[in-house]
Amino acid sequence: MTITDETITYVAALTKLSLSAQEQEKAKEDLGRILGYIDTMNELVTDGVEPMSHVISLQNVFREDEVTNKEERENLLSNAPAKKDGAFLVPKTVE
Amino acid sequence: MDITKLTALELGRQIRAGGVSVREAVEAHLAVIREKENDYHCYITVRKEEALSRADAVQEGILSGQYTSPLAGVPVAVKDNICTKAVRTTCASKILGDFVPPYDAAVVERLTAAGMVMLGKTNMDEFAMGSTTETSYFGVTKNPWDITRVPGGSSGGSAAAVAAGEAGIALGSDTGGSIRQPSAFCGVTGIKPTYGTVSRYGLIAYASSLDGIGPVGKDVADCAALLSLISGGDRRDSTSVPQDRFDYMGALKGDVRGMRIGIPKGYFQAGLDAQVADAVLAAAKVLKEKGALLSEFDLDAVDYAVPAYYVIASAEASSNLSRYDGVKYGFCAPDHKDLQEMYKRTRTEGFGDEVKRRMMIGAFVLSSGYYDAYYNKALKVRALIRQSFDRAFENCDLILGPTAPTTAMKLGESLSDPLKMYLGDIYTVAVNLAGLPAISLPCGCDDQGLPIGLQLIGKPFGERDILRAAYCYEQETGGAFCGRC
Repeated sequence: MTITDETITYVAALTKLSLSAQEQEKAKEDLGRILGYIDTMNELVTDGVEPMSHVISLQNVFREDEVTNKEERENLLSNAPAKKDGAFLVPKTVE
Repeated sequence: MDITKLTALELGRQIRAGGVSVREAVEAHLAVIREKENDYHCYITVRKEEALSRADAVQEGILSGQYTSPLAGVPVAVKDNICTKAVRTTCASKILGDFVPPYDAAVVERLTAAGMVMLGKTNMDEFAMGSTTETSYFGVTKNPWDITRVPGGSSGGSAAAVAAGEAGIALGSDTGGSIRQPSAFCGVTGIKPTYGTVSRYGLIAYASSLDGIGPVGKDVADCAALLSLISGGDRRDSTSVPQDRFDYMGALKGDVRGMRIGIPKGYFQAGLDAQVADAVLAAAKVLKEKGALLSEFDLDAVDYAVPAYYVIASAEASSNLSRYDGVKYGFCAPDHKDLQEMYKRTRTEGFGDEVKRRMMIGAFVLSSGYYDAYYNKALKVRALIRQSFDRAFENCDLILGPTAPTTAMKLGESLSDPLKMYLGDIYTVAVNLAGLPAISLPCGCDDQGLPIGLQLIGKPFGERDILRAAYCYEQETGGAFCGRC
């Protein structure tokens, strides 16, 4: 499978990664080869097969929204690269 | 007596009988770590002082009757993608290089409650993506049998630590073979349990519909004991199966009379090393002589397990790893001018090549225009693979085959060709796609003196079947094949 520059630029944007020109070329080649191999799945006829996203049947389970944990703001903020006034600090996004 | 050569259960017995103190057990393993760790690099973090003070507390708990588990006092290593409260948990990634979890994973709570002593956190492929432990940001782990070779992966640190006597037993995780393949390469035993058997609460996610935690030990009984300890429902993991604790020790009977063992013909075709094939078929013969009924069959759709696996695992990874944004925890790239640049620079500088590659594959197969051709197609292939196993299990109790197509590769051979590395997962990934339990245990040695792994695959929640056959085989053959490394 041939991967274009546009496709690589698009998936890099989706995954929020910057690629150098050299990395972009390498990614094109790697993804092309890997997806080319993945295409062998098409040999298997899957018409009418129900897609299986999970091996055990999962369904929504409803319960009351009760708070069971205690106040842990400081604990949860302990790993934050930047924090202020008990909140995560990020660059200004609204003027 | 060398404490680090004892099985975990034997060490536990001696500790409870008073022949060995918990401190002596911990010190013996720390001595091996001190001596060998520069060569092997099994650990990302070793907790020497904490383990020693914990040892004394556990000793008191054993004497007072608080800890009665067969594994109480046994030094354990934990893979570094399993959260440990107040102990750095990195996933072998720069992006989580300084992450200190504010809570314990469910399995870690269980180890603690049983009086086990954690020695440290083991090396792995970054975010468990890899089959060699070479993609770790913190450097490679070497195979204790031959330090020019990889230990396998992604739980390479856990398997190497157990093989080298740097831990009595360990926890690993398995998304596409990451417990079984390193266990095979390092000559130890490892179990990937049925999906839902062990709580994933606190396991840092790679591919949530495939991920599972399991034991890596010196023999089958050690693995059965640790699995009994960590199994059971947990309301914090909605995919864990709500059952009481599972006891697997009862399955270790030493006979397989009447067990029906299926051997997939396709597993013994091109690509499988001849010495591995011979050792695995010789193991089948041992089980036959003990009364098992062998039959060959076709496991057709499984030929497409590797491509389906890399689509599904990458898709789930691209979603799971979107949480690493430099805001809540972990690495954040300095000197950004706005939020978008912060995200991009954090992720670009924080993730390694293999993780980026899989996130991009995942984003591609989920993108509009390709979703049906790749992601949805892979989910259909997954359904056919599960059906293929279900049909096989109408006629057999377990499936026997190799764990990996070769023994341990040379360091550096795999990284340059990701596709070649992916193909090495051919015997393991189908088990994760179908959610089945499987064990890898040593069944021989090649002419280089490297261990060969035998894989036994069970029905959903058929852990007792694979343990029974594995234990019988081990009892019959003595377990060790290549001499201790």
